[in-house]
Amino acid sequence: MDRQATMEQGLTQTAFAPALSPTARRRQLREKAIAGFITLMAFTGIAALILIIVFVAKEALALFTDPAARHEASLSKMFLAQDVPPGRPPFRWQPVSRVPKVSMIPLFVGTLKTTVVSMFVAVPLGVFGALFAAEFAPRRLRELLKPVIELLAGIPSVVLGFFALMVMSTVVKDLFHFDRPLNAMVAGLGLALAIVPVIFTVSEDALTAVPRSYREASLALGATPWETAWKVVLPAAAPGILAACVLGFGRAIGETMIVLMASGNADVISWSLGDSARSLSATIAAEMGEVVVGSPHYSLLFFIGVQLFVFTFVLNLLASTWTKRVVRKLTGGAA
Amino acid sequence: MKAFLQSLVVAVLLALPLAAQAGTLTVKGSDTMVILGQRWAEEFMKKNASTKVQVTGGGSGVGLAALQNGTTEIAMSSREMKDAEKQKLRTRYNTTGTEIPVAKDGVTFYVNEANPLNALTVEQLRGIYVGDITNWKQVGGADAPIIIYSRENSSGTYVFVKDHVLDGEDYAASAQTLPGTAAVVNAVSKEKNSIGYGGAAYAKGIKELKIKVGNEEIAPSAENIKAGKYPLARDLYFYLRNKPSGEAKTFIDFALSPEGQALVTKVGYFPVK
Repeated sequence: MDRQATMEQGLTQTAFAPALSPTARRRQLREKAIAGFITLMAFTGIAALILIIVFVAKEALALFTDPAARHEASLSKMFLAQDVPPGRPPFRWQPVSRVPKVSMIPLFVGTLKTTVVSMFVAVPLGVFGALFAAEFAPRRLRELLKPVIELLAGIPSVVLGFFALMVMSTVVKDLFHFDRPLNAMVAGLGLALAIVPVIFTVSEDALTAVPRSYREASLALGATPWETAWKVVLPAAAPGILAACVLGFGRAIGETMIVLMASGNADVISWSLGDSARSLSATIAAEMGEVVVGSPHYSLLFFIGVQLFVFTFVLNLLASTWTKRVVRKLTGGAA
Repeated sequence: MKAFLQSLVVAVLLALPLAAQAGTLTVKGSDTMVILGQRWAEEFMKKNASTKVQVTGGGSGVGLAALQNGTTEIAMSSREMKDAEKQKLRTRYNTTGTEIPVAKDGVTFYVNEANPLNALTVEQLRGIYVGDITNWKQVGGADAPIIIYSRENSSGTYVFVKDHVLDGEDYAASAQTLPGTAAVVNAVSKEKNSIGYGGAAYAKGIKELKIKVGNEEIAPSAENIKAGKYPLARDLYFYLRNKPSGEAKTFIDFALSPEGQALVTKVGYFPVK
């Protein structure tokens, strides 16, 4: 008790403390040093983030300032249909060419295709898995289930990609009678393997955080366990589950290795899941290694990075405002 | 005295990287040439124990970029240097680089073993790869869609096929890109309606297509490539910033010697001499 009192005094009354004992002063100094160190660490993280953004944006900016780059990759060439000979697609990603074609549209379509497939598979799997683990599973089973699924999160994505390429591709092709073994479906399923553990873990935490009294009240009113889980616990955990889905989506849109290995990477515009898909992140990974530094193509790859960053940023923003609204609704405007 | 000490420190600092480099020669670039480069390096180091030759891959562009950045002495490339890359060299080192053809390689088109076709003309290959021909029956095969495999646009082989087969036109949008010739070979061996391309050295376990010229079907064989008969052959190059000298010169001389060229044949490529 005494100790604590001195400590509090040391923390709060530094300026006015008359004569401190040497021990107290030393302790005070140590506290300050530790606080300073932690602050420094926190700011290093922020500084690193800002430096990365500045670096990526700076490299991408050359696209708009350099006349050669502006000619080769103007915004209209990136986003609008191009004049092409009959029978050739108007949107192409062929940056290494006599006339480079730099349309972002095939990349958007490819990214969207693989991401949507993975979300369609991973959200139900992750959320219902979490609901089962939190509400219905016996304690012993839950204690087995959680670490096993979390282990899945520890598998490097290149291993998942290899699995998708070597095993899943032939199975999926035969199952859906696709023409090509490497397609958006395989890549999406591979991605789902990577994001199920993310969605599961965060959802499970959100569900277990729902107060026991909610469940007791619901059961006392005569609801069945399923009704309690579906109509009381799940809505109460909605903000957390949404956060889980956003995290999963962010991982899916930025995940590179699985898509690079399993999607076939053709810059084709097609909504068919049996066709190939070229994603934004895989394009950066595949081409950055050999691009001439400072060329329009180089700036273009950084510009793709900026777009990916903007997408996830906007998505997080939307999700957080939505979460706030849901929380307000659930708590009747009290919070 | 102080000035002397300063100059001494400067001299030592300048000499340090040189001393560290003495005895090592870095060779970097084309994945197609990595195995060949490593064989040369092994044999070369057996004779010149004092010199250490480090061979790494990454792709032709990576090697040429490293040459511009000064991180490699020799760049291996399966394509000629582009104008933009020459420009970079000129601005940084005031040279246009030295180009030395060290071996020949045929770009081979592969189909699955089950495919009944044995030969196609360059025009037919072009039609397939630009997307005008989409079914095997259009070139005399079975009635099945053609699955096109290609390489990433960072690959030297990609550029070679684009220039020499497609006449500079773009690949079909449905062409799927794979990282590396080994991946293409693996994919073609698994998918019976597919076609792919790559270096001759990797072609194992699938069928190599012959190229039809007039009534003749020319296989990508050593004699045909060396004689210049096979239409899709290419040179493999070493690039240097300046004229070769010192260890680099001894290494290149070894690569071009009869012994070095015998290794080329052993690895599966074709000698230049």
